[in-house]
Amino acid sequence: MTLILEQLLNGLQFGVMLFLLAAGLTLIFGIMGVINLAHGSLYMVGAYAAAFAAAQTNSVLLAVLAGLAAAALLGMAMEVFVLRRLYARDHLDQVLATFALILIFNQSVTIVFGRQPLFVSVPPALNGSVELLPGLTYPVYRLIIIAAGLAVALGLYLLINRTRIGMLVRAGATHREMVRALGVDIRLLYTAVFGLGALLAGLAGLMAGPILAVQVGMGEQILIMTFVVVVIGGVGSIRGAFFGALLVGLVDTSLRAFLPGLLRQVMTGSEADALGAGLASMGIYMLMAVVLLVRPKGLFPANV
Amino acid sequence: MSEDAITRANPSGQNAGRALALLALALGLVALPFLVQAVGQPALVPLATRVLIYAIAAASLNLALGVGGMVSFGHAAFFGVGGYVVGIFYRTYVDDGLFLGLIPGTTQLLVTLPAAILVGGLLACLIGALCLRTSGVQFIMITLAFAQMLFFLFVSLKAYGGDDGMTIRRRNELFGLNTRDDVTFYFICLAVAALVFLALWRIVGSRFGMVLAGIRQNERRMAAIGIAPYRYKLGAFVISGMGTGLAGALMANYLRFVSPDMLHWTKSGELMIMVILGGVGTLLGPLFGAAALVILETVLTSWTEHWQLILGPILLFVVLFTQGGLTGLFDRLGIGRSER
Repeated sequence: MTLILEQLLNGLQFGVMLFLLAAGLTLIFGIMGVINLAHGSLYMVGAYAAAFAAAQTNSVLLAVLAGLAAAALLGMAMEVFVLRRLYARDHLDQVLATFALILIFNQSVTIVFGRQPLFVSVPPALNGSVELLPGLTYPVYRLIIIAAGLAVALGLYLLINRTRIGMLVRAGATHREMVRALGVDIRLLYTAVFGLGALLAGLAGLMAGPILAVQVGMGEQILIMTFVVVVIGGVGSIRGAFFGALLVGLVDTSLRAFLPGLLRQVMTGSEADALGAGLASMGIYMLMAVVLLVRPKGLFPANV
Repeated sequence: MSEDAITRANPSGQNAGRALALLALALGLVALPFLVQAVGQPALVPLATRVLIYAIAAASLNLALGVGGMVSFGHAAFFGVGGYVVGIFYRTYVDDGLFLGLIPGTTQLLVTLPAAILVGGLLACLIGALCLRTSGVQFIMITLAFAQMLFFLFVSLKAYGGDDGMTIRRRNELFGLNTRDDVTFYFICLAVAALVFLALWRIVGSRFGMVLAGIRQNERRMAAIGIAPYRYKLGAFVISGMGTGLAGALMANYLRFVSPDMLHWTKSGELMIMVILGGVGTLLGPLFGAAALVILETVLTSWTEHWQLILGPILLFVVLFTQGGLTGLFDRLGIGRSER
């Protein structure tokens, strides 16, 4: 029972990380109609900047600020110099351009930091575990991630639904041309939304640092899962991104944790492990295929 | 993807200038092994072979993506499965067993290639039938989903090498030719590529191709004049899968190795980039795109280990400042202007 609860918490933690990335991606797609493959690079840059700052200054606060600033600035620069020229173009051109950006970012990071993964230690203040229930201890750091993710979700909800900027964002997602016609400085709004999305990606990256290895290519691994989340949730919908991310996080984590064990009861150990790992990796894609076949626009379609 | 992409791909729009350029290209490709021999660079023959194989795959993808407007991010599935057809036939042959207790192994190219085409087509029929219920970004992602499922399936299939893939010790045989010889294998690939491009040219110019292009431009209008878009799209998707499976089988022969790498999503991306780089919806665009990407990669890797830092800006330049990829760039520069 505690094992199941622990895996559920792991799934939740993975889910909120995915949400941080998916929220930015879905906003950018919903409002600007851009497929941004380089979103994963922003995650990577956030992780590297935080790791670097932490190693140099030993300060958690500075590391967090460095990670957020690096990702947000890079995101806005990307929007101003490259993507702004591509809004009117075909999705295919955007795919090619952002793929080119991935190559550039990955290689630049390799040149600066080398190929060896960086290992970041958990800040000492957060390095303990707490006993949530009798027999269930859980690392404080992961709980912090869950809390931060949920806080961001709440903040985004308030931002989108309660503020003037949020109103413009919603209006932009529903009818871009109309917002422009009403005299809103759409270029500024676009850059701001891009910066916000990049900031969230950077936050996910810097929080992932101590859990995963910080390495080149980390962005692309999570990017594909983020796209799965966005599509399952419904493209352009923050609410969809939230529930999609939790669903994908929970399904993926629990399949990986429990499927090999279940299979081992019907077949021999090594085969069960291989097949279980394969099936578990397939799980979220099957989930996406089923969701799209039943609801082609995703679970919470944005513009209906 | 403007109107002129259609006229460009349309055989009735061709004229003498274009025919001449095509002839020169064909002669150049046939003469290539002898030319590189003459200048003492025989290593270029395998490179050209790789270009041809990728060109077949990219051209097949282009039928779905460029002509039919179906942006598939999962064509690596067909490519990899085509490769695994060769690999599994070979493994079964060596073990002298039966695949699934039914099919004996073989090393004959005349069996493995049609089998790869068949399997690619069947798989595309299955995947396409489901995926075509969606469109737009959802279509991109669901094709990716199916490709990823197959990727992880082959990773977990320990019997066929799993993660490590499997080696095919000898290339498939064809009429007692020495397929191990690079020049011979180049000519086999060239012949297959010529057939594929000829077939695609005929398809795009046929009534079927016209309808397909019409569906890409305005699906609702095509439906209104009494055409069922789903069937045409599925048909094109299946043909596209067949061609890509064929390319995969050739690639497995070329490398004498198959691994789940061939099914990885980055391979789908690479194929897509070849198409976009060359010019979406054009007949020869995928060939130029494949050549540009493969040659650039090879040349840049030999210069510096940080070749991606050069390739990235080049790709970015192509997107930002040329419209319609290399074919569009050639047009603007006046090369092959007669095409229009």
